[in-house]
Amino acid sequence: MKQKTIQIFLTGTLRVILLIFGVSAAAFFLLAISPIDPLQSNVGQAALGAMSPEQIEKLRAYWGTDIPMIQRYFTWAWDFIRGEMGVSLLYRRPVGEILRERAAGSLGMMALAWLLSGGIGFLLGILAGAKRGKWQDKLVTSYSLLTASTPAFFLALLLLMVFSVWLKALPVGFAVPIGVEASQVRLSDRIVHAILPAAALSLTGISNIALHTREKMIEVLESDYMLFARARGEDTGSIIRRHCLRNIAFPAVTLQFASISEIFGGSVLVEQVFSYPGLGQAAVNAGLGSDVPLLLGITVVSAVIVFCGNALANLLYEVLDPRIKRGNGV
Amino acid sequence: MEKKELLRVDGLSISFRQYTRGLHQRDLPVIKDLSLTVRAGEMTAVAGSSGSGKSLLAHGILGILPYNASVSGKIYYEGKELDDPLRSRIVGTEMVLVPQSVSYLDPLMKVGEQVRNGKKSPSAIERCRSLLKRYGLGKEVEDQYPFELSGGMTRRVLISTALMEMPKLVIADEPTPGLHLSAAKRVLGHFREIADQGAGVLLITHDLELALEVADRVAVFYAGTTVEEMPADHFKEEKLLLHPYSQALYRAMPEHGFSALPGVQPYVTERGPGCVFADRCPCAEEECKKAEIPVAETAGGWVKCLRKELL
Repeated sequence: MKQKTIQIFLTGTLRVILLIFGVSAAAFFLLAISPIDPLQSNVGQAALGAMSPEQIEKLRAYWGTDIPMIQRYFTWAWDFIRGEMGVSLLYRRPVGEILRERAAGSLGMMALAWLLSGGIGFLLGILAGAKRGKWQDKLVTSYSLLTASTPAFFLALLLLMVFSVWLKALPVGFAVPIGVEASQVRLSDRIVHAILPAAALSLTGISNIALHTREKMIEVLESDYMLFARARGEDTGSIIRRHCLRNIAFPAVTLQFASISEIFGGSVLVEQVFSYPGLGQAAVNAGLGSDVPLLLGITVVSAVIVFCGNALANLLYEVLDPRIKRGNGV
Repeated sequence: MEKKELLRVDGLSISFRQYTRGLHQRDLPVIKDLSLTVRAGEMTAVAGSSGSGKSLLAHGILGILPYNASVSGKIYYEGKELDDPLRSRIVGTEMVLVPQSVSYLDPLMKVGEQVRNGKKSPSAIERCRSLLKRYGLGKEVEDQYPFELSGGMTRRVLISTALMEMPKLVIADEPTPGLHLSAAKRVLGHFREIADQGAGVLLITHDLELALEVADRVAVFYAGTTVEEMPADHFKEEKLLLHPYSQALYRAMPEHGFSALPGVQPYVTERGPGCVFADRCPCAEEECKKAEIPVAETAGGWVKCLRKELL
């Protein structure tokens, strides 16, 4: 058993190293061959035009854009291994510092969205499965199919229009109130500002988990053991509590952990819509501004978080499901 | 002295509503005009070929058919008509099902919890333990999950679930497939024991030979109905069997010539108004295919056949 744990740990570590390497290399080379000129986007068209060719050449050397791509990548990689993530071109501050600051705002919002979509989706899925073919099922299914085919940013814009512009119930954007000193910002302010972005993220996330849970619920309800439970005189409440929840929860939990990547992907667009200063918005700025160190930093951090989500999903299955746990002899 | 009648099924029909094309519905009958009796302390075997709808008979009696099934005919339990209120009172306690396979156990629940059906009282725990012990299963089985059981163990666990409540009527749905001969005999022996202790047992099986070893009565099942019901020992002599299909079954047994009757069972949908067996019956007459066949009382049972000279 101990040997197996070590084995799982080692393969996991190896995988995450390979993943970081692959993802960072892909992000780096995509950015390097993109038509965005870091000089032009950061110094500005007008300023660049006013400079003499010698000055531009000097600037190019200072920014290191004249060094070959491969060499630049490995310079970054070597620094990264030593724990040095470089300085952001846009913000002129160490990347690690920016990441910490951005993650603090973003992760809370994403966690809220993740919990909401998981909880609501699971309940809606059970309802739809139990009432298959009835209006409840049709409502949940059409809602799920509709939001599954709606881009998160579009939904974000709708929410923004309805709740901020028309109803004026929630703030239009940002993570904290405008014009308030940082030390004066209360937790409740942060939560209020996170509601709309989190809602936009979770509204689309619900569909996935709801549809899967519905499918599983139907499968369980049609199973032989459900029939036997009824033949033993169990009432509906007891059947749902004792048999349904257990059999439905495992796949749902796994799915929800694996869906962290979707929340992450969605947050890039949603944060943009709400001008929410999180990781997603920083990623967009870094990409458009050709800020290589920052973009790579964000890419690596998100890759690791998504990897952890997936790894946790795998691990949970092993721990929770007796068929896998005992079957493997763990 | 004749034992007390526990269950009587009288002209039971089960059909399923089916959508054919678009919104066109049709009723697909699976069981039509089936009758049988189970007495307390006795075992009645319903014997017929696999896949002919015998399990649905069990589900019909227990009231666990799917929503698109419709049922007609009468079922009497201890002389009272078995309606929904009576059913909800006795299903799972007085009237229990022993299902056919491991898929009827919740895959994620431990065996002990399933046998006890959620009860946690010391007496329930004690009863569960002694039941498992009675069937040669140790204490460790309580802590196992269904996927860890062998076929024979599963069968014994399923029987234990039935006996938790001291039932009066046990309905055993195909308890022997997948077991080798000695294990199958042992399982049937367990059911015999249950009957000997006073409960009625309805054994639904495709294995007539095995059933004859343990059952008191046999109801011969053919094409969705029962054609004859008689004491099991009538199967010792061909001349005691009245229905031509029962006789054909007799002759198909290995020790009685192993001879197969030509043709196949008709689907219930293909059944005409007359005798279900008329198409294959060696002594069928024109009359047999036309009219509804009345039930005729016989010595120890009944038969649905027009051959008066035999009665």
